[in-house]
Amino acid sequence: MWQILTNNWSSFLTGFWNTILCSVIALIFSLILGVIFALLEVAPPKIGRIIAHIYIEIFRNIPLLVIVMIFYLIVPRFLVRLSGFQAGTIGLTLYTSAFIAETVRSGINSIGDGQMEGARSNGMTYIQAMRYVILPQALKIVIPPLGNQFVNLIKNSSVLAFVAGFDLMYQAQLIAFASFQTIDTYVVVGLFYLVLTLPLSYYMRHLEKKLSN
Amino acid sequence: MMKKIKQIFLLALGIGLIFTLTGCSSANDNTYKEVKQSKSITWGIRADTRLFGLTNIRTGKIEGFEVDLAQALTKQMLGKNAHADFLTTTANTRIPLLKNHNIDVVLATMTITKEREKQVDFTKPYFPAGSSLLVPDDSKIKDVRQLNDKTVLAVKGTTAVDDVHKFAPKARILQFDDYGQAMSALKAKQGVALTTDNGLLAGIAQENPGYKLVGGVYAYAPYGIAVDKGQTQMVDHLNKALKELEENGTYNRLINKWFKGIPGFNVKEMLK
Repeated sequence: MWQILTNNWSSFLTGFWNTILCSVIALIFSLILGVIFALLEVAPPKIGRIIAHIYIEIFRNIPLLVIVMIFYLIVPRFLVRLSGFQAGTIGLTLYTSAFIAETVRSGINSIGDGQMEGARSNGMTYIQAMRYVILPQALKIVIPPLGNQFVNLIKNSSVLAFVAGFDLMYQAQLIAFASFQTIDTYVVVGLFYLVLTLPLSYYMRHLEKKLSN
Repeated sequence: MMKKIKQIFLLALGIGLIFTLTGCSSANDNTYKEVKQSKSITWGIRADTRLFGLTNIRTGKIEGFEVDLAQALTKQMLGKNAHADFLTTTANTRIPLLKNHNIDVVLATMTITKEREKQVDFTKPYFPAGSSLLVPDDSKIKDVRQLNDKTVLAVKGTTAVDDVHKFAPKARILQFDDYGQAMSALKAKQGVALTTDNGLLAGIAQENPGYKLVGGVYAYAPYGIAVDKGQTQMVDHLNKALKELEENGTYNRLINKWFKGIPGFNVKEMLK
C-alpha cells in the first residue's frame, strides 16, 4: 500500500489539489447561492418564492451525475465549451446550493415571528431586519446541518472522475487500472478524503460550540 | 483519560483491520478441474461493445463475436451438453472479478500486455486487434502524430492511452468510464479524436454516421483470453480448443458472421 502512494505520488497530489480547488470554489459559491435562494423563499414577493422554489426542486431532485453530464455534454454543444473540471464544479455548486438553500430556510423559519415584528417596529426595514436580526441567529442554528452539506460536497466532488476532471477519484481510477491494485489504491484515496473531511468536521463542531456560548 | 485511550485504541484497531484486509490473498484452486466437474464455464464478457458483446435491448440477451466464441469453446472443451454462463464485465472490473473467482475466464476484448501478464495468464491471440482513431468526417486529422497539443479521448484502463503517448507525446488525454461516454464526449467536441482498438471503433462507426476511422492501425496489440495467474492447465485446454475451432472452420464462420461488410475493415486479414 505504501508503494502505491510513493509510486504515484505526483498523480495523487494533482488529484488532491484539484479536489481541494473544486471543493473550495463549490463551497463558496453554493453557500452564496444557497443563502440568496433561501432569502427569496421567505421574502414577501411571490415571484421570488416561485423562482426559488423551481430552482431548488430542480437541482435537489436530479442526481448530481446527471446535472454534471448536462453541463459536460449538452451545454458545450449549444452554448460554451466547458472542461470536465468546470462542468463538474458548476454542477456540484448548483446541486449543493439547493440543499443549502433548504437548510438555511429552515433556520430562518425557526426564528419566531416576534423577532421580525420587533425589529420592524423599531424602525428597521425588512432588509435591515433580515441582515442584522434574523440571519445571524438563523445561521448559528444551521451550522450543524450546514457542516453535513460541506462534508457531502467534498465527497461528492468525486463526480469529477466521470467527466475527466482530474480530481482525486479520477487519478485513483487510472492508478488502479494501471497497477491492478484496486483495493490498496481506493484505501489510500479514502485516507486522502479523510484528510480533507475530518478537519472540516472538527472545525464545524468547534464553531458550533463557540457560537452557542 | 481512560476514555481517550480507549478511543485511540479503537481507531488504531480499525485502521489495522483495513491494512490486514488488503493483504488477503485467495486460495489457488484448479479452474480446469472445477469447470470439468460442473460442466460449465463462467465467462466474463462485455455487454457494451458492438460486434463483440452487446445487450440486445429487445431480447435482453448479449450478442456478439465473443459470446459466440465462448459458446463454441465451452462445447469444444467440455462436450455438447456443457453450459456457458456469462457475467458482464468492464475494462476495470474484469481482473478483480477473475481474481475473486466470480468468473473462470475473461473473454472481453482484452489486449495482451506485459503488465497484465503479471496478474493473469493469457492464451494465444484470438483476435488481431490494434489501436486506431475515430474522428468526425470533416476532421483534418489523418495520422496519430498529428495529435500533439490536441485533446484525445480514451477509455480508462485501455492500452490505447500508452500507444498515443508513444506517437504523440504532447497529446492531452481525457479518459472515460465506457465507450458510450467517450463517444458522447467526442460528439460534444471535448476532444478531436477517440482512440481504442480497431474492432471496437468499427462497431462505433457503424452505429454513428458522420464518423470515420483514420490512419489505420498505429499500434498492433492482439486480444487474448485470460485466466487467473497460475491456471496453466486451463490455458492449455483453451489453446487446444481454439486451435480445433480454427481448423474445423468455426472460427472463420464467426469472423464472417460478425465482421463481413463493415466499411474499412479487412475481413480477409482476420481469417485463419
